[in-house]
Order: sequence, then C-alpha cells, then structure tokens
Amino acid sequence: MDDSWPERPSDAVDLSIPSEPRSLTVVRAAVERMAKMVGFGEPDVGQIILAVDEALANVIKHSYRGATDQPIRVRFQPTKGPNDCGGLLVLVRDYGKAVDPATIQPRNLNDVRPGGLGVHIIRSVMDEAEYSCPDSGGMQLRMVKYVRSEQAARG
Amino acid sequence: MTHPSDKVVQEVREEDGVVLVKLAGEIDMHRTPEVMQAVDEHMRSKPKRVVVDLSDVEYMDSSGVGTLVHLFRQVNSNGGKLILVKPNERVRSVFEITRLDRFFVICQDLQEALKQ
Repeated sequence: MDDSWPERPSDAVDLSIPSEPRSLTVVRAAVERMAKMVGFGEPDVGQIILAVDEALANVIKHSYRGATDQPIRVRFQPTKGPNDCGGLLVLVRDYGKAVDPATIQPRNLNDVRPGGLGVHIIRSVMDEAEYSCPDSGGMQLRMVKYVRSEQAARG
Repeated sequence: MTHPSDKVVQEVREEDGVVLVKLAGEIDMHRTPEVMQAVDEHMRSKPKRVVVDLSDVEYMDSSGVGTLVHLFRQVNSNGGKLILVKPNERVRSVFEITRLDRFFVICQDLQEALKQ
C-alpha cells in the first residue's frame, strides 16, 4: 500500500510498469494518445512523449541503477491551467534511491558530451516539473504541460 | 510503425573512406546499445566521413542523441565529419531542445550528404 499515491480520479489513466527499458515504448504510446485526447498538437505531443520517456529512463538509470524488475507507477491526468486552458498532469513514482530534489539540476549544454540531458529536456518541455521525496520512500516527479491557446482554438 | 523487435541498425557499410549508417524505428535507451556496438566496430578505421541516415527513425530519446554525440566526438577527434540525414520533426526537435543542432551537420538528402 502506498499512501503517497493519490486515489485515481475517474478521468486519469494509471500505468504500473517494471523498470525494464522495453516497457518505455508502451508508455510512449499511451502518453501520445492521452496528449492528443487532451487537445495537444505537434510539436507538443512529441515533446511530452520525450519528457515522460526521459523521466522514466532516469528512474531506471538512477533510482534503480539499471535493475529491471522494480516498480514504477505513472499517471496521466487531464487538468486545467491558467485561463481555463486544458493541460496534462503526469506523475512518475518510483521506490528506489531518493536524492535531495534540489540536487536534480540540468547540466551545461556547452559541454558536448553524451548523457545528463534528461533533466534539461524535462524542464525545457514541461511548464511545471517538481521532484519530491514521499515519506514512504523513493521519489515522485510531478509534471504539467498546458495546451497553448492557439492549439485550443484549433480544437 | 516499426515493430519493437525490428532491427534499429538497418545497415552499416564503408565505402571509399565513408561510413554510412542507416537507422530505423525507435532509438531509445533499450535500443541504443545495438547502435553503439554496430557503429563502434566501423570507427576503428578512423573514417573521414560518417553519414547517418535517420529518415526511417520514428523516435529518438536523449540516449539515442548521446550515441550521436559519442560518434560526433570520435569523428571530430579523427579530423572527420559527421553528417545526419533527414531527421523527422520529432527527432529534429530533440536536437533543438538539447541545442545540439549547433554542432550537427544536417542534410535533407542522402546524395547531398555523400557529396559533403
């Protein structure tokens, strides 16, 4: 029982996946559908998929250090933003190694090297991104992206 | 849509000092090691030009981009050039977000890339 995981609202979708990189393609397909349902168009749909994928990849690499049998929970929930615009709330919960959220920072992009780009991508793409350490252990990332007004107008 | 079990490295061949790599499908943290392994084998000859055809790549995450950065650094250290061909809008967007579009040479046509 995880007290930190809020009860699922009727319009939200919860996924429970193992920390196995093969699972990522399934989550990408699900978030693509959900983002389109909420009213996002391109390039936002592609960018939301990328942010969610990067968040999960970071959980696998850092929280679970590559272990492939650990639990990850993901929630996609339609939400409302400023001026009543639509949006998508995404929660990513793991039960691995917790770190101080203040230490999760993007790196300098002038340093051209592989790795360490996930946090930069998440913070660039999403309107809100906040890490926390629930009392029951592990980490939770709460991300939100709002539909831009021109996309909402196109319907 | 490419099936997840399909090969992401469709072809790697070396011709007249040019290594041509054809990738396809979804290049994510699951599939990146395959790409790295296939490409590394051909980097031992220190080619002057490496052309990566991305026209059939549907998706790429930061680990896929990291593989291209790894390749970029290797080719550069040999005094060579890395050329990427025809990334789709989503892949191009990853280059832009990570600001790697400043460093990568991107062509819209394979023939043009081979002439570079």
